[in-house]
Amino acid sequence: MGIDNIWVFAQADGDAASSATAELLTKAVSLGGTVTAFVAGAAGGAAASMADHGAAKIYETGDLAGALPGAAVSAAMQAVIDGGDSPDLIMFPQNYEGRDVMARLSVKLDRTVLTNSTEISVDGDSVTVQTPVFGGTKLVNSTFTGERPFIAAFRPKSFEPAGGAGAAGEVVAAPVPDLGATGGATVTAVHVEETSGPKLDEADVVVGGGRGLGEADKFDMIEQLAKQLKGAPGASRAIVDAGWVPYSYQVGQTGKVVKPTVYIAAGISGATQHMVGMKGSKNIIAINKDAEAPIFGVADLGIVGDVHKVLPQLLEALAARG
Amino acid sequence: MNVIVCVKQIPDPALPGELDPSTNTLKRDGKLILDESDSYGVEMALQLVNTAGEGSVTLVSMAPNDEVSGLRTALAMGAEKAVLVSDPSLAGADALTTAKVLAGAVGKAGEYDLIIAGTESSDGYTGTVPEQMAEVLGLPSVGFAKTITVDGDTVKVDRQTEAGYDEVSCSLPAVVSVTAGVVEPRYPSFKGIMAAKSKPVDTVTAGDLGIESVSWAQQISSVEDAPAREAGEVIEDDGETFNKIVEFLDNLKVI
Repeated sequence: MGIDNIWVFAQADGDAASSATAELLTKAVSLGGTVTAFVAGAAGGAAASMADHGAAKIYETGDLAGALPGAAVSAAMQAVIDGGDSPDLIMFPQNYEGRDVMARLSVKLDRTVLTNSTEISVDGDSVTVQTPVFGGTKLVNSTFTGERPFIAAFRPKSFEPAGGAGAAGEVVAAPVPDLGATGGATVTAVHVEETSGPKLDEADVVVGGGRGLGEADKFDMIEQLAKQLKGAPGASRAIVDAGWVPYSYQVGQTGKVVKPTVYIAAGISGATQHMVGMKGSKNIIAINKDAEAPIFGVADLGIVGDVHKVLPQLLEALAARG
Repeated sequence: MNVIVCVKQIPDPALPGELDPSTNTLKRDGKLILDESDSYGVEMALQLVNTAGEGSVTLVSMAPNDEVSGLRTALAMGAEKAVLVSDPSLAGADALTTAKVLAGAVGKAGEYDLIIAGTESSDGYTGTVPEQMAEVLGLPSVGFAKTITVDGDTVKVDRQTEAGYDEVSCSLPAVVSVTAGVVEPRYPSFKGIMAAKSKPVDTVTAGDLGIESVSWAQQISSVEDAPAREAGEVIEDDGETFNKIVEFLDNLKVI
């Protein structure tokens, strides 16, 4: 037996594998066995990048023509599995598309799912995943006990991507079958909220703002500081829920996981929800009025002070340096 | 317009969470409250019914015990009735089992046009139950809704994406999951709280739904402490600490 046949739910980002795809393919290769990428959509120019990260075979559904991936891609996966290529393990990224497809597939195959994991280990026939809980202070190890395929989802940035695998990357069509009633949802328009500067989850510096800013207008200071440091602005769930900034800014358990060189938390107390998303940052600076705020427990430099005083001074000092 | 809303009663997130030492699952034996992330779905449903001018909101929920205080909160907001699947055999159930049970409870909730759920709970946050439930029921689904409008037998949803949002059109009946912050949940009025006390809660077991044996193919093998991150220097602002930050950034060569 062993874990010989591993699938990775794959997405293209232009002509490359998405960062989550590259991470999961790399990890899958390290577990041994044959690695297959299952692409939601057309692989196109990204096929080479997926092969470079270890995909010996690449299934592609082809253009989804507006269908939401959940019902469509899971049905395409089931068709391949029914056709005889049944994996031992399917790895999903913990993102919108990954979790929708995983959820539908778990019902189709009647398999449990383990989600939000950050590590996986294989011991003979046994597969165990590790999931941080309580804001990452405890790690829960869970083992699959039922029939294969095992279905697991991993948070972004759990693994380091590595190219140069030189796998074959043979592209095979895996068309979406008729979905019946479950295919009733269609995307009619796509809106991209433009942001200038680096992407939140790729930026070297992230400046996060929270409730301590007091009001929506004050988020401007966060934007300015991020711009000054050539970084990206981020936000706690509290101010996203309050409507101060769009959801795409959110750092945390729901939202983006960031691991920049420097994370500056301004007016963020450090709720579990937020800490999960930024604890992996290489350096953390925190500014908060409350000396008891949990954020100071993880900060390399903590300033107990008013963000409305410290941030303007900091902006001025940085501007003076040019 | 009849809307079913899936709600979860969870331990108060303001209290420190605890794992049951015998099962390593989250302790859920104390007082349970309405998961705040479900209050958005309840509010959204009430608004849709109000806009339609007819129909009602029904809650479905699952719990290992017969706790109803969280349900009463949602009933006080304006939901009409609830179906609670209460069964000790469901303690620690995985998301797939939960989805099957909730789908069974939907069958007891009467006619419906739309099912609303939160995108994920605040205690377990597996995040797959709404989509799994849709698959069990053979329905289409749209996740991460920011807005929902119903137009005849179609629901139009603005759905959150990594880059922005998509406009999605979906046939009814359907399952739609909503993100927090989409609407401002109302506070139950005194009148609502009083009325909620007498609203019907149909309490059933898994067996009543035809789900005879429940098991899930995952086992928690161990729990360990994560390596702690060392706290660094914490200083009181004296009007000059911004220089410390500049120095810190300078040392890291990010400026």
